[in-house]
Amino acid sequence: MKTVFKRTPVLKDCPTHYCPGCGHGIAHRLLAEVIEELDIQDRAIGIAPVGCAVLAYNYIDVDMIEVAHGRAPAVATGMKRTNPDKIIFSYQGDGDLASIGGNEILHAAHRGEQLTVIFINNAVFGMTGGQMAPTTTLGQVTATTPGGRNATGEGYPLQVSELLALLPGTTYVERCALSSAARIKQAKKAMKHAFQLQMDGAPGLSLVEILSPCPTYWRMSPAKAMKWIDEQMSKAFPIGRLKG
Amino acid sequence: MCGNEALAEAAILAGCDAYFGYPITPQNEITAYMSRRMAEEGRVFVQSESELAAINMVFGAAATGKRTMTSSSSPGISLMQEGMSYLAGAELPAVVVNVMRGGPGLGNIAPSQGDYFQATRGGGHGDYRHIVLGPSSVQELADCMPLAFDLADQYRITVMVLADGILGQMMEPVTLEPKPRRSLPAKDWALTGMKDRKQNIVRSLWLAEGALEELNYRFEAKHREIQDNEVRLEEYRLEDAEIVIVAYGIVARIARAAVDRAREQGIAVGMIRPITLWPFPTAQVSAAAETFRMFLTVEMSCGQMIEDVRLAVEGRCPVLLHGRPGGGVPMVDEILDKIRQLTIRSGAV
Repeated sequence: MKTVFKRTPVLKDCPTHYCPGCGHGIAHRLLAEVIEELDIQDRAIGIAPVGCAVLAYNYIDVDMIEVAHGRAPAVATGMKRTNPDKIIFSYQGDGDLASIGGNEILHAAHRGEQLTVIFINNAVFGMTGGQMAPTTTLGQVTATTPGGRNATGEGYPLQVSELLALLPGTTYVERCALSSAARIKQAKKAMKHAFQLQMDGAPGLSLVEILSPCPTYWRMSPAKAMKWIDEQMSKAFPIGRLKG
Repeated sequence: MCGNEALAEAAILAGCDAYFGYPITPQNEITAYMSRRMAEEGRVFVQSESELAAINMVFGAAATGKRTMTSSSSPGISLMQEGMSYLAGAELPAVVVNVMRGGPGLGNIAPSQGDYFQATRGGGHGDYRHIVLGPSSVQELADCMPLAFDLADQYRITVMVLADGILGQMMEPVTLEPKPRRSLPAKDWALTGMKDRKQNIVRSLWLAEGALEELNYRFEAKHREIQDNEVRLEEYRLEDAEIVIVAYGIVARIARAAVDRAREQGIAVGMIRPITLWPFPTAQVSAAAETFRMFLTVEMSCGQMIEDVRLAVEGRCPVLLHGRPGGGVPMVDEILDKIRQLTIRSGAV
């Protein structure tokens, strides 16, 4: 019989704690497949965020560290500078990267650190109960924007990738989504490129932003959440390559 | 050499692989010195965007098994407390130098010992300790560095070197030479990539019921081991003392002169100088309380170490304070006056 699909050995054979319809499972699999295909399991070191993906090391079988909320790019800097032969990546959510860790990602990019950043944007704080994130879209109802996000007082969705793409220190920035099979394939391609650049010693930071569904806190069915990415979320966060 | 440069060179001699830091007075000589010397040695220097980032760069480098350090002064050390709590939780070895200045808030840039509580009580959130060394000369400051790296590696703990603006800026002759390392455990927990072994994880989150409690008990056992084995202090002219001064750091240098002057005047004064502030020399101070009549702690604060002295004395003798906060430095004559007042009050000679 011909094998048409198998679990990559970089992904552990265990159930995850993620909600039904959550995008983290897909993103983890893509990441694990990329690590296998690039043959870097023995020299990759991953950084888990604070947020829903804090336990990523339970699923992705590479050396990993769990760090303080938002500080992954600083931790990654310490790791890469002292271990230039290792492949260092951080996996961060929008609360982690765009809110509390805004300064760390900005300056890691600004210094041109040779890192790979996987930025999962699901427009809410998932772990703590669906509060507003910097990436929450206008009008979006969350636990802390019961009337919908209002630009006055609550600000606009923060386009971190556009901001980082402006910096000479970033070498590659692309925004992808998990909303369809085609988009998932593109997300994997982007991740692979972001790792390949680091492996090739390209100067600067590579970042792949992934628009990822959170059906639980968007209060939608998984299928509707996928549609919402394409129809609403991608208006605030246009999908495509921003740099490199 | 000034104290800041001496400790930086001593760290390099001790095999520090990476230094991360952010400018703040009065410790800027460390960052400047490291920027030049680490490059010469082919090692890592990064000027971070903040103290928050610096301590997290230390966290990253330490997790891969490297010898790493940062330095700062009081307001910057406050910013690092989050990272220090995570270092404790993840049991990573690291060295942090605090060249203390006046506070609270932005305070001033004068020398102070106002961070004693923060340093010896953990500083960050959670149930943890770290080792605190309080050197009192430029030579001792330099000698603290190899010791700090060894202690950090041996116990998988943060070691803070607690200096102050005078020690950092003061110039003294200093002998710097590589010291042999202790026999240290292998860093088989380090993140080096999964070559020929299973996954290593460095973490501080323990959600399963009882898991964190168990971990905290293990930390407690480690803390006891450190208390049993690593207390360092100096006892000075204690033999027949009626009054025991307790002082650390640069203040102990000044107090030593006051002890000598008092002795010349026939007053029986001695000094206990804690070198490890945590673990505090509780047993030695407690033993002194059996024999001597009165304790005087001298500090550049409104009284912080005095609490540890009182805990050790357990009410058996009076424990008094001569403290100068906010950048004030106690002078020999002031300490001597205080000693005279005490002898008059107690009738002790």
